Amino acid sequence: MNTLIKARELGKIYIRGAEEIKAVDLIDLDIEQGEFIAFVGPSGSGKTTLLHLLGCLDNPSSGELHIDGTAVFSNGKTLKEGALTRLRSALFGYVFQKFYLIPSLSVMENILLPGVFNRRAGQKENAYKISKRLGLENRLNHLPREISGGEMQRVAIARALLNEPKILLADEPTGNLDSIRSREIAQIITDLNSEKGITVILVTHNPELAAKASRVIELIDGHLQ
Amino acid sequence: MLSIGHIAYKNIYRKKIRSILTILGIALSTWVLISLLGFNRGYDNSLNRDIDNLGFQILLTAKGCPYEAATLMLQGGAALRYIPESVLGNLATDKEVDALTPMLMQVIFDPDQGESGAMLSYLGIDPKTFPGMKNYHTFVQGDWFKDPSAYEAVLGFEAAELEQREVGDLMLIPEHNAEIKVVGILKRSGTQDDGTIFMPYKAVQKIFDKEGQITSVGIKVHKEADIAAYEEQLYELPDVQVVSMASVKTTISNLVSTARVMVMSIAMIAILIAMVGVMNTILMSVFERYQEIGIMKSMGASASHIFKLIWLETLIICIFGGIAGALLSFGLSGATEAMIRYLLPYAPTGSLIRLYPQLVLRSIGIIVFVGILSGIYPAFKATRIKPIEAIKSSEGEA
Repeated sequence: MNTLIKARELGKIYIRGAEEIKAVDLIDLDIEQGEFIAFVGPSGSGKTTLLHLLGCLDNPSSGELHIDGTAVFSNGKTLKEGALTRLRSALFGYVFQKFYLIPSLSVMENILLPGVFNRRAGQKENAYKISKRLGLENRLNHLPREISGGEMQRVAIARALLNEPKILLADEPTGNLDSIRSREIAQIITDLNSEKGITVILVTHNPELAAKASRVIELIDGHLQ
Repeated sequence: MLSIGHIAYKNIYRKKIRSILTILGIALSTWVLISLLGFNRGYDNSLNRDIDNLGFQILLTAKGCPYEAATLMLQGGAALRYIPESVLGNLATDKEVDALTPMLMQVIFDPDQGESGAMLSYLGIDPKTFPGMKNYHTFVQGDWFKDPSAYEAVLGFEAAELEQREVGDLMLIPEHNAEIKVVGILKRSGTQDDGTIFMPYKAVQKIFDKEGQITSVGIKVHKEADIAAYEEQLYELPDVQVVSMASVKTTISNLVSTARVMVMSIAMIAILIAMVGVMNTILMSVFERYQEIGIMKSMGASASHIFKLIWLETLIICIFGGIAGALLSFGLSGATEAMIRYLLPYAPTGSLIRLYPQLVLRSIGIIVFVGILSGIYPAFKATRIKPIEAIKSSEGEA
């Protein structure tokens, strides 16, 4: 197996007034390509912070972080913003609890949005293919306000998949959905991992979704258990 | 394929009312700018045309206020002072003179005109020299009188309408009980001549008891003559005021310059207000889309992509505003001209605002340039948004 993400003594400290909060503390973690990882734990345990660090959305305070052979954080230095942008665009697809669809763009345009910043051949065809796979083919011309919450999350997943990422990061992807829609989204994510080999790293409070992961990692007070 | 321009356009469309109001603000600034720049050009053109239509380069009047003389030269009016007709004999022999035309202006109040009476301008002219200098005059009916002392009149277009006269009609000059015959009616010229009643100056001298007197002499100078030197020579004549085309232009320009500075200041303020309006709108839009921009950055949008997006929004708003302003300036040119005419101490006849394609394009260019300058700060601000801050601002820590 190929190690896609390698973290050593990874830490993130927040300063709030005089208080120093260790959100992530001395974490060692290796994630292989094709794994399905679920971070679980109580609120405030640092799982979302860890997800953000692994997804290059936030800068670590200490330790080492290598992603797909690139030293993202090493010897106290983070990659420059431009290089981080390219890395995010090339490797990651992000799915958030709140979907973050652009309200003025149609479903199809939302799916195509990452393609605006990273042009590749065949993106439109890919968008059609993904939307069909996720059951959105009849919703492509609708605006986000015209579709259900489950459909919105499917659009967010389709958007994350447009550039064929190696890693899909999902933060509470079923957090805003009812149980039926949650199961639907959980199945889609599981299928993406098993059929397409996409590495999935997600944060969830949903035991049903966590149970589908190949590895469940529990965090408490910023430490791996 | 989706593009940054398409996203920018859709975002403007998303907040219709706010975008329309911003576009309206820019349109008003563009309108003010186009109108004022058009005014600068139009005013000079009209002033030059008025002076060219005089047919002579120098006007001699009795010594007095130069502003009064300038007004007499351009708008007509009752001069309070007279010069002896004999001055014509002295001038005729000057080698610089191509042609001379004596004029005697008289104005009287006619209580029977309209509801509350009106002023009537009678300009006594020499039928041998005056028509040659005013060769832009054409007739609706009749022709110039031939006899220099005949009790005959040619009416300007508006004077004929006011008097409701036609060729062959007889008119009575109020207070003087003189009957004159209308022999011609001029077509509209867009000059002060439209409201004037032209008569042979000898007849005006007799009717108004001003024999041997005139109010002014128009002097047409030979093309090769040194006008400035000849003006100096004319100043040696006793009790004579020399008004040259150049000095009239300078006098009027001085009168108008204060008003010009004021209107240009208004234009600058209007542009400044539009600039602040654009900056406010775009900045507000950036703050409202804080999370969206952060999410775009998480998808691989670089700082230059975000800058381009925000800048394009500014550009689209400014272009729409500029075009709307140009249409406004054409549509409201009549009202704008009336307003400027009301504000100015002296306004020449003809169109005061001259709109032409280069002026409109240049003004839109200025507005768009100023607008996109004001979009730099919001665009720069947007590029500084970090994905994590945008996400945290809505989700909080897990």
